[in-house]
Amino acid sequence: MITAMTQHRLLFTLGGLIVLTALLSLLIGSQAIPLMDALHESFVGEAGIYGLILTELRIPRTLVALLAGATLGLCGAVMQSLLRNPLASPGLVGSASGAALGAVITLYFGLATLFTYALPLGGIIGALLATLTVYLLAGRDAGTLTLILAGVAVNAFTLALVSLLLNLAPSPYAVQEIALWMLGSLANISRNELWILLPGTLAGWMMIGRQGRSLDLLTFGEETASSMGAELPRLRRRLFLAVALAVGSAISVTGAIGFIGLVVPHLLRPLVGYQPSRLLVPSAMGGGLLLLLADIGVRLLPAQGEIKVGVVTALIGAPFFLWLIIQDKRSGL
Amino acid sequence: MNLLSGQALCFSCDAQPILDGVDITLAGGEMLGLIGPNGAGKSTLLRLLAGAITADKGMLTLEGRPISTFTPRERARRIAYLPQMSEIAWPMSVERLVALGRIPHLEAWQHPGPYDTEIIERIITETDLLPYRDRPFNTLSGGEQARAVLARAMVSEPDILLADEPVSALDPAHQLDVMTLLSKHCEAGHSVIVVLHDLNLAAHFCKRLKLLYRGRTLAEGDANQVLTPQNLEKAYAIEMNLSVGPSPAPFRLPWRRLNN
Repeated sequence: MITAMTQHRLLFTLGGLIVLTALLSLLIGSQAIPLMDALHESFVGEAGIYGLILTELRIPRTLVALLAGATLGLCGAVMQSLLRNPLASPGLVGSASGAALGAVITLYFGLATLFTYALPLGGIIGALLATLTVYLLAGRDAGTLTLILAGVAVNAFTLALVSLLLNLAPSPYAVQEIALWMLGSLANISRNELWILLPGTLAGWMMIGRQGRSLDLLTFGEETASSMGAELPRLRRRLFLAVALAVGSAISVTGAIGFIGLVVPHLLRPLVGYQPSRLLVPSAMGGGLLLLLADIGVRLLPAQGEIKVGVVTALIGAPFFLWLIIQDKRSGL
Repeated sequence: MNLLSGQALCFSCDAQPILDGVDITLAGGEMLGLIGPNGAGKSTLLRLLAGAITADKGMLTLEGRPISTFTPRERARRIAYLPQMSEIAWPMSVERLVALGRIPHLEAWQHPGPYDTEIIERIITETDLLPYRDRPFNTLSGGEQARAVLARAMVSEPDILLADEPVSALDPAHQLDVMTLLSKHCEAGHSVIVVLHDLNLAAHFCKRLKLLYRGRTLAEGDANQVLTPQNLEKAYAIEMNLSVGPSPAPFRLPWRRLNN
């Protein structure tokens, strides 16, 4: 087991890494830009090509990677603590698959070409509807297991609908568009996407903000948590809505990005002494850092076009997760 | 006035009555022993008093005020509940787990202060957990785990502690330690309701006993009134061997199962 670090040292380390990685992210891309010139052009002098690349592309892409990754890490930590299950992912309550379905519907019916915000809006609506379905299916006083089962069922059905749309897609072009979107990418991020991402993300984060202590109480099980003052039906409603909003917004902008929400909280949990409330902020920071690193990675990989970042997180995430499980088994936890 | 008072409490599960009109009173500073055979409704009664479940019928008051008029946090500051089985989700250290028991007294972002730390320290010492404070909960023995979750319930300094079989996993020495700890809690003016299966331990430590049978109160009073051969025969279908030998108090040994 990794030795326990103090919370502050962990936050400082993650913060420092984020700043360094973000700077790196501003410098790396298909066009090499001298940072000082670009900064000068952006904020002081006249607009030039370097300044435009920086403010219109690199900064939005970096921020979206940080925000979307942070949402995935944070919501993974929330769902794992809420369901008392280290295998829960932010998508478990339907938000990710719902967002995918909503987005694919807008692509399928061509709405996405009609106006800019159609796709992300469709995604957010899809995420909210899918999460609501899980919530209603499970019932108001549902236990953890019922919620997980309802989530699995809704996810399966939603993804079946996505497959149906792919199956019925009118043209190969539409199929390709949908398939590529589903892979998850930060390649075509501009300021617009940043503005689309922000409201749902911030609303979700704020709703999660004060619930850490209730998640701590859930460590003892649902009945004991209730006896210690947790209001579980309200907590669940609140966190479901928060995750649907934040993850829905993130997935709608980036496409499906897997494993960050699963791996990051799992990895950081020993470093915060396994306490759910202390896991939230580090998970958000770690998620942002990991997605940004993965995105820098795909920019550096020599490939025709660009490998999608969602593919990379899954390619690295899945074996890494397996390794973590084997480590856990060895240490007997 | 009674600290806690319940009248005609009923609770059913799948139309099967588990509690069928139970009255209960608890005075300040009192330790009430709840006894009865498996399935008599002891744990359900305790969960109901703790607010983990809600009664179908009946009236529950804390200091004369209906319990429903307390917010969950207010109630949690007054009443602590220790379930029979504790399923701890994460391998947290004992000290941290015990510290979570202070949450009902803390605001959302408030860190435990010197007073909180002092209580946590004292309870960890009293529950004999000092050597294990940094150990992950899941690596402890059953008895050590039982003391850790008891410590969690005690650090909230509850007026009423509801403990469901807190000694069933403990060796005789630690059984006595825990019962003494609960007695001290009562001497400090707080109250305890404790579910016990060991009738001698119940008779030794609880001035008042309540014997539940099939969701109703079969008998209530001191050990001599409650632990009569007739009551035990009816509730447990056993014959007791009552001994009043040289020991300071009579003790009862379950002797023979009655087939009827």
